[in-house]
Amino acid sequence: MIAALRKELLLQWRTRAQAVAVFVFGATALLLFSFAIGPSAALRRYAGGFLWLGLLLSSTLTLSEAFHSEMENHALEGLLLLPVPAHVLYYGKALANTIQLVMLGIALVPVMVVLYDAGTTQLLTILLIIILGSAGISAPGTLYSAMTSQARAKQTLLPLLLFPLIVPVLLASVKATSLAILGDPMDEGRSWIFLLLAFNGIYWSLCGLLFDRVVED
Amino acid sequence: MSPDQLAIDASHLARRYGRRWAVADVSFQLHRGKVMMVAGRNGSGKTTLLRILSTAIRPDRGKATVAGFDLKQREEIRRQSALLAHHSYLYESLSARENLSLVSRDTGDVLARVGLAGRADDPVSTFSAGMRKRLSFARVLLQKPSIVFLDEPFGQLDPEGFALIEQVVGELKSAGATVVIATHQVDRVARFADQQLALESGRVIA
Repeated sequence: MIAALRKELLLQWRTRAQAVAVFVFGATALLLFSFAIGPSAALRRYAGGFLWLGLLLSSTLTLSEAFHSEMENHALEGLLLLPVPAHVLYYGKALANTIQLVMLGIALVPVMVVLYDAGTTQLLTILLIIILGSAGISAPGTLYSAMTSQARAKQTLLPLLLFPLIVPVLLASVKATSLAILGDPMDEGRSWIFLLLAFNGIYWSLCGLLFDRVVED
Repeated sequence: MSPDQLAIDASHLARRYGRRWAVADVSFQLHRGKVMMVAGRNGSGKTTLLRILSTAIRPDRGKATVAGFDLKQREEIRRQSALLAHHSYLYESLSARENLSLVSRDTGDVLARVGLAGRADDPVSTFSAGMRKRLSFARVLLQKPSIVFLDEPFGQLDPEGFALIEQVVGELKSAGATVVIATHQVDRVARFADQQLALESGRVIA
């Protein structure tokens, strides 16, 4: 697992220019949303939602290319022919995608704070939500990315398959982030974080089991 | 022939792509420690046969044991065998050493053995086709297989590379490994092959 994760991180590092492009895309999306609403109190109210919309749109760019390196020289088949269970490869890839999305989320938070006047002292809570939300997107995203990696229209197909599945994760992430920004006198944020944890548990266990069937002939 | 002595026991293997049977009916037995040449024209089913036996793909019909394991026991077969395929299985943005470290932490002197010691830290994207073939071969050797499947091992290699493959196959055979070579270089391989299998339209003709 460590070797698989190390390989993924190494591949991501070698193609880090792509991460910069994805960040610029996410930041541009946040900028456009803020322009669309204009300077009003609603900006701060919707900051959490727009942060996750930016992250979601950016995630499709990273996830749709997640298996690009594996497809170049059929490297995935080469890895599968090693005596290593396929789910180890999956977890390595999904963890690396999660780390990439978390980094992107962390980089987008200051953009959100500036553009949406969404300053908060709950930074650790927001970090936790970003980690759980990113993991909830990456787990099924990595599985679907493997499924669509050989499709011609993978950039269209991936969001079509992925978005309906991750609606609960997005709802919980948006609600929890908004509560962290706007204040949470009723302590509702905790239940949304538990919901995120529960969906992560389901996605990470199920997708790991299904990956073998997706990639094996 | 005792089943214990058999490296491969294939019975009526068949595999189709769409409506076309790439391998229609292939049966053979191969002793442990022997070298077998699989010959045939383009599209005769050589590659598909090797991919079935190395568990890269499943057969649609028939059965086989490889190293004493049924084809369904994929992980056990993969522990015992290695495939040098048409595709290099290499990551372009990783170096030669990094690619090999995916197979084994201890890459030892295998890069020197295939003549790539001087390019160990260069990314594969800078390699020529022949060098990629050598690196793929190093990847196979690193798996320390008891059964080796080589699909067109001489393709894209220079005469030095030809000699290298022949030498290493000889070493593998001396070490007791079984080698299956699919090739068009019939004369070259026939010199050291113990057994031959000729395919045409997915069937054994000799």
